[in-house]
Amino acid sequence: MSDPVIKVLSLTKSYGKFLAVDNIGFDVQPGEIFGLLGPNGAGKTTTLECLEGLRLPDKGDIRIMGVDPVRNVRRLHNTIGVQLQTSGLPASMTVGEAMRFFCAYHGVAPRYDLLDRLGLREKTGAQYHTLSTGLQRRLALALSLAHQPPIIIMDEPTAGLDVPSRVELHELMNELRSRGITILLATHDMAEAEKMADRVAILLRGKIVVTGTPRELTATGSALTKVTVSTVKNSLLLPELTLPGAQRRLVQDEYLVCFSFDVGHTLKAILAHIEEHDDAIIDLRVERPSLEERFLEITTEKAR
Amino acid sequence: MNAFGSHFSFEFRTGLRDRPLLLMNYLFPLSFYIVVSLLMTQLNPTFRPNIIPTMVVFVILTSLILGLPNPLVSAREAGIFRSYRVNGVPALSVVLIPALTTAVHAIIAAMIITFTAPIFFQAPLPVNWAGFVVFLALSIFVMAGLGVLIGVISANTRITILWSQLIFLPSMMVGGLMIPRSMLTGVLAKIGSLLPSTYSVEIYNALARGAGLDTKAILSLAVLLVGGILAFALASYLFSWDSQNTTRRGSALLALSVLAPFLIGMALL
Repeated sequence: MSDPVIKVLSLTKSYGKFLAVDNIGFDVQPGEIFGLLGPNGAGKTTTLECLEGLRLPDKGDIRIMGVDPVRNVRRLHNTIGVQLQTSGLPASMTVGEAMRFFCAYHGVAPRYDLLDRLGLREKTGAQYHTLSTGLQRRLALALSLAHQPPIIIMDEPTAGLDVPSRVELHELMNELRSRGITILLATHDMAEAEKMADRVAILLRGKIVVTGTPRELTATGSALTKVTVSTVKNSLLLPELTLPGAQRRLVQDEYLVCFSFDVGHTLKAILAHIEEHDDAIIDLRVERPSLEERFLEITTEKAR
Repeated sequence: MNAFGSHFSFEFRTGLRDRPLLLMNYLFPLSFYIVVSLLMTQLNPTFRPNIIPTMVVFVILTSLILGLPNPLVSAREAGIFRSYRVNGVPALSVVLIPALTTAVHAIIAAMIITFTAPIFFQAPLPVNWAGFVVFLALSIFVMAGLGVLIGVISANTRITILWSQLIFLPSMMVGGLMIPRSMLTGVLAKIGSLLPSTYSVEIYNALARGAGLDTKAILSLAVLLVGGILAFALASYLFSWDSQNTTRRGSALLALSVLAPFLIGMALL
């Protein structure tokens, strides 16, 4: 494993008596998409804002490609691109002006190619307040990429986006990853994190409660795997059928649906039963527990 | 274009295409100038020599005290400053460039008044143009400083209006604009001495109208210069990037120390 590009150690931040981030630490490897997950108020945005130099941590150490966000804000802003959760641009600023303005402060030539790539070219003369939420988000992303930073920090990037815009954004994130750009993504959209992130950390009440790949996290939970099957002769719908490993079973529209804690044994029994009854499979689906289910499980456990 | 040029150019255009700013920079003060000059020259012909200083100070007040602070507060509330910060825009540019561009608008409007007042209302031109430039520059400097300071310390746009009106309205009544300071007595004259417009008119009379540099004029120059420097210094010290992140280097009440040179002026004038 190479040296992490983001290194957070013992980060603590409180607002008055409220402890927003409580002694957390994590590393982000070059070229990975790292998801910071958690419910609202878990401390995701505070963590990101400490990394972005917007807030001063009370304690702890942060290094972003060796840059300390507290001591070297100017260097930091040339190292990272940031898409904030709550931010804006002046209402009358046009898309083209925004690109020229921020590129001038980063000391680079305006990146009109990014406006093309993000479908904003024909909106170059449009003022910010006339853009839809989706276009405003795309512009924010274009501006965060304009100085070609090796690290992008995104806070709830798909909030308020319609489905096609979300898909486009996810494609772009994959493209950035393939170019070796590291993405730190804060989201409470578990499906997005499961789809996009290489590794995730779940934050709860200011603490990181678990870290790992989405597959590792879903595999370690106690949630059951859902097996759905339908056959030509409906032989599986007999009430006397017993399936090893299955904890619950029900019938829905001529489908047998069972929830298994030992999917191997359950499937083996299903296939044996079908063969024994000279039946044939029409449809068979095995769905492992989602990150969302695992997340709910973790948050419920911790709440207890 | 470099960062300063790009930022300046954007803010300057905003002063023209944003309707409330266009109103404060040009439409309101120029309409007021025309209406009041028409009325006053009919009612009181001795008002003519006061048209240029009065209306120029009025323009500076509307653009820099009424117009400048609100966009600063709105931008902070809307998270625009956060976007600026994460993209490396320095705090100094955030407060200084809007002040500079608004000052340029104020100068343009002041020039329109200065060069049209003699034609339309037979107002006498300044006799000493260097003195006029000093009057204009110092008046703009102090009002810009106060405008920026109001924008920096106001928690929201409603408070901004309150602070701005606390300077604007008394300036109109007892700040030497509508009623000459010589006609004010007692408490009203003392209140007038707390307002920058009083010192601006004093400087115009001494330098641009050629009355000569006496103690009062020197005191007025000093009060405006120190007041402007103090206002910008306090604005820079108390600047905050973010409405959500209320961490400041000092209490907003510290801004009241900007009154110090005016209090000294009040005691001595």
